Amino acid sequence: MSPRLRKIAVPLAAVVIFLIFWEFLVWAMGWPNYKMASPSDLVPAYTRYWELFLVMGWQTLWRTVVGLILAIIVGVAIGMVMGFSRVMREALYPLLVGFNAIPKATVVPIVALMFVGAHDFNTVLIAFMISFFPIAVSISIGLSTLEPEYRDILRALGASQSTIFWKIALPKTLPEFFGALKVAVTLAFIGTNLMEIVSPHGRGLGALFDSGKTNSDYPLMFAVLIALAALGILLYYIVVWLESIFAGWAERAPG
Amino acid sequence: MTNLIEIKGVRHAYQTPSGPLPVLDGLDVAVPEGGFVAVVGPSGCGKSTLTRLVAGLIKPDEGEVWLHGEKVKGPRSTVGMAFQNPVLLEWRSILKNVMLPLEIVPTKMSRKAQEERARYLLGLVGLEGFEDKRPSELSGGMRQRASLCRALVHKPEVLILDEPFGALDAFTREDLWQTMQKVKEAEPFTGVLITHDLRESIYLADQVVVLSGRPARTQYVLDVPDRGHDIEQLYTPESAEMLAILRHQIEVAQGRAPVEEGVA
Repeated sequence: MSPRLRKIAVPLAAVVIFLIFWEFLVWAMGWPNYKMASPSDLVPAYTRYWELFLVMGWQTLWRTVVGLILAIIVGVAIGMVMGFSRVMREALYPLLVGFNAIPKATVVPIVALMFVGAHDFNTVLIAFMISFFPIAVSISIGLSTLEPEYRDILRALGASQSTIFWKIALPKTLPEFFGALKVAVTLAFIGTNLMEIVSPHGRGLGALFDSGKTNSDYPLMFAVLIALAALGILLYYIVVWLESIFAGWAERAPG
Repeated sequence: MTNLIEIKGVRHAYQTPSGPLPVLDGLDVAVPEGGFVAVVGPSGCGKSTLTRLVAGLIKPDEGEVWLHGEKVKGPRSTVGMAFQNPVLLEWRSILKNVMLPLEIVPTKMSRKAQEERARYLLGLVGLEGFEDKRPSELSGGMRQRASLCRALVHKPEVLILDEPFGALDAFTREDLWQTMQKVKEAEPFTGVLITHDLRESIYLADQVVVLSGRPARTQYVLDVPDRGHDIEQLYTPESAEMLAILRHQIEVAQGRAPVEEGVA
């Protein structure tokens, strides 16, 4: 098998095996679909509501992506401040860890009350809040662990701090950054859906899940979860693709 | 002004949580233009601090560092540096790594001339054909060769080598010594070499400065006669004698041997 084909065939086969196992498990246990829907229950849900899935899926996707972009901007900024200044690192770490430890589900009602009616803004805000932490930490660690020789090589030539940042610190941190971004992608989805499910306003896949719940349409609820997983995988692979462009040098040939 | 590098009565201490830690105290080193001085001394005696002083990366608490008749006040582009860690940028090709200083130092060279110079240096150190490889594809010795090219690409007046061969195996190291000799002939420079290897110091340098234990001062200076580039010269009685003197001086610096009369 060619490596290219294998790259697509192997994960695809894994998904198919997973679906077969799932179908089998539900059948073997004799679970009714309100306990656990099986893949074959999902097909009718998708064909019946495909238009809703497209509209709601897009709403979830764009709000997640905007939240993620915000998380990248703010996370990189905080990471830079913490990476370059020991004082700021010592000052910000406890605050960041504390903030990250607060369950975001409890923040949702606060945000919903604070900005009543601003659904899109609220959802983006939660997606951002839940996902910026790994980015900030990875950038700060990447910058603060830069070997002094790298800095010296350029400083000895009279390079400015910003030259050192653009030519060395930033590219050297990219592998860590992309590692964190992969974590942040899935976190951002969780954030978006938290808002969509907990504070219903009729938009996004979270709202579709909610309507499945109120109508006791269990296959629809499972179908939403699988659609979310699919979106998560899509966004994850976009990040992987970006990583191969910008930080492909860090990947070593397996051996 | 006959000396390209002059270090006069330099005193320097690092600030640590338990108070200032003096590393250099009364250091004098002079390197004439085209000269190559090796600095040896016990571990942790402040040799690397010396390179950072010459590069203008830190300022001495007392004393002066002069380069080409000018007092060093900060970093200057007329210095090239290579460390024990080759610190090549993994995301650049070897050629682009070597050309890095030319992106920072103002240069009159055209883009094409820059690339030609980098290719010429890589050829000189035996890295022809590796220009487009990534650093991760090269061995330790090859990376160190590339690092040397990068230190020289902008034609610095002063080359500072901080244990550049320290992490290499003995055979690779001797290879690189010979490469160094070749490079020095083709691209004359004034150099300071920090090393732990006494054989390296007498093979490459024309003067060896022994530093005392911390805080370091200049304890002993040995002039090395020019004896050609043959590695065999290290096994002559003359070399054995120089090595014995240096080894004794290091022992004195470590406090393991008594100071003899008449030793500076």
